[in-house]
Amino acid sequence: MTLLKVENLSKEFGGVHAVEDLTFSVEPGHIHSIIGPNGAGKTTLFNLITGVYTPSAGRVLFQDRLVSGLKPYELAAMGMSRTFQNLQIFFNMQAIENVMVGAHLHLNRGFLSSFLRLPAVVRGDRECRARCTELMEFVGLAKYLDADAASMPYGALKRLEIARALAAKPKMLLLDEPAAGLNATESREIDEVIKRVAASGITVVLVEHDMKMVMGISDHITALDYGRKLAEGTPAEVRANPDVVKAYLGAHA
Amino acid sequence: MALLAIVVAAAPIGFTNSYFYDVGVNAMFNAIVCVGLNLLIGYAGQISLGHAGFFALGAYGSALLTTMYNVPPIGALTISALVVGLLAFVVGRPILKLKGHYLAMATLGIGIIIHIVLKTESKFTGGPDGMSLDNFKMLGFTVMGDRMWYWVAGVLLILAVWLALNLIDSPVGRALRAVHGSEVGAEVVGVDTSSYKVLVFVVSAVFASVVGSLFAHKNGFITPDIGSFFGSVHLVTMVVLGGMASVFGAVVGAVILTLLPQVLASVEQYEAMILGVIMMGTMIFMPKGLLPSLLAKLKSREAGR
Repeated sequence: MTLLKVENLSKEFGGVHAVEDLTFSVEPGHIHSIIGPNGAGKTTLFNLITGVYTPSAGRVLFQDRLVSGLKPYELAAMGMSRTFQNLQIFFNMQAIENVMVGAHLHLNRGFLSSFLRLPAVVRGDRECRARCTELMEFVGLAKYLDADAASMPYGALKRLEIARALAAKPKMLLLDEPAAGLNATESREIDEVIKRVAASGITVVLVEHDMKMVMGISDHITALDYGRKLAEGTPAEVRANPDVVKAYLGAHA
Repeated sequence: MALLAIVVAAAPIGFTNSYFYDVGVNAMFNAIVCVGLNLLIGYAGQISLGHAGFFALGAYGSALLTTMYNVPPIGALTISALVVGLLAFVVGRPILKLKGHYLAMATLGIGIIIHIVLKTESKFTGGPDGMSLDNFKMLGFTVMGDRMWYWVAGVLLILAVWLALNLIDSPVGRALRAVHGSEVGAEVVGVDTSSYKVLVFVVSAVFASVVGSLFAHKNGFITPDIGSFFGSVHLVTMVVLGGMASVFGAVVGAVILTLLPQVLASVEQYEAMILGVIMMGTMIFMPKGLLPSLLAKLKSREAGR
């Protein structure tokens, strides 16, 4: 079964075609990368898939269900979770609380039980905190367990977003440039984290500029340019594709 | 929490006459409203310039129901709170889609509409002349006199603080704070942000309404001016002064701004000016509000040792 299907998807912003007639699919268990030069429409595509934007045309199917038009929180409930290129951290909260918000869907959300701090809420929170501690260790943030999110460096916040997304127990995780702005050591560490996420059975869709990372860990790559699909295939196939080389290097080949 | 209980219990030692109790009750009533309002402003990051309107609706609801329909006070308080909650839900749904200045303007509009209705529907509300009502009776027991009201308000304040603290450190409370931090960040992990914003708006409105009902019974007489725009601004100022996103900060802010006019009574003509200077000073030197700033200062001094 195909996990995610994107069919003839388009998005216009006042005459600019950010994504145009795009079709591709993501197989379960894969690390599927979306690459392309700046402005190719990668982040727009993510926003369309996760419900932040509504498509101008075309549709998105997740687990064979039509999901275009659903709200992000509804998609999260179906098992889709993501991170952001420009961080969307809750800076007014502690790091671990950020991750605990990620587990929102799996907690007792009754208003009255929260208001009265019923034992079930206390127990649920304690288990949640333990699990979120594990997740923070998993992404390599063990030393920030007691930190305020506002006091953490950029590289750590990138991981914090991954931990938060994992706390939602997704079937599919979309990572928008997880290595952007990181140095070589840090991006190798993120690389490891992504591999371990995939190994745990979560399908990963990755937008990334770091070609070394993309070629190293992807099972499948879709290359975009000007909102259209340029090429698709295994890393070796995409690397050998003349159109991709041209788009990246601007060669008149 | 324990400290608050001690302060509430010990304060009357210095109270030499019933005037002190009266001021104390008003301070605590304001504090309860501010604890609710702070959930909306400080924690969920939304704004309301119309909460005095909800306060006044609670007061008038109780006045109307007890005097015209002979509803027992506790019933009138409950019905008023439910109606206000429903109203907040109905208006909150569309207006909480707005952000920043636009939301401020919309809530301001609600407050002003409520004020005008109370003022002009004189057939029901007595118009600018106001309405009077009886003492608060419950189970054959009458709450009357400043002293007794003081203890009732004290218990309710502690209850309100307890509820607010519970809420903040719960899945619902974290979702609310996440709405403040990043709406889209909260959405993608499954938080229905618009419902949570409406929820906290309703909760804060109900807090205001309940206190409004009690205030009406305590005073025995109310006028539409309790729901004026200035009243709403006063409430927001208390929250901002004491400390946004701090339950105890809201209490401190409410107490200070209730006491201040009493202390400054001798220089009455400068009262508004002094209030303004305090406000400006807080914004410039302690933008997080009094209590959080002072606590941070204490903490850093401890760490420096």
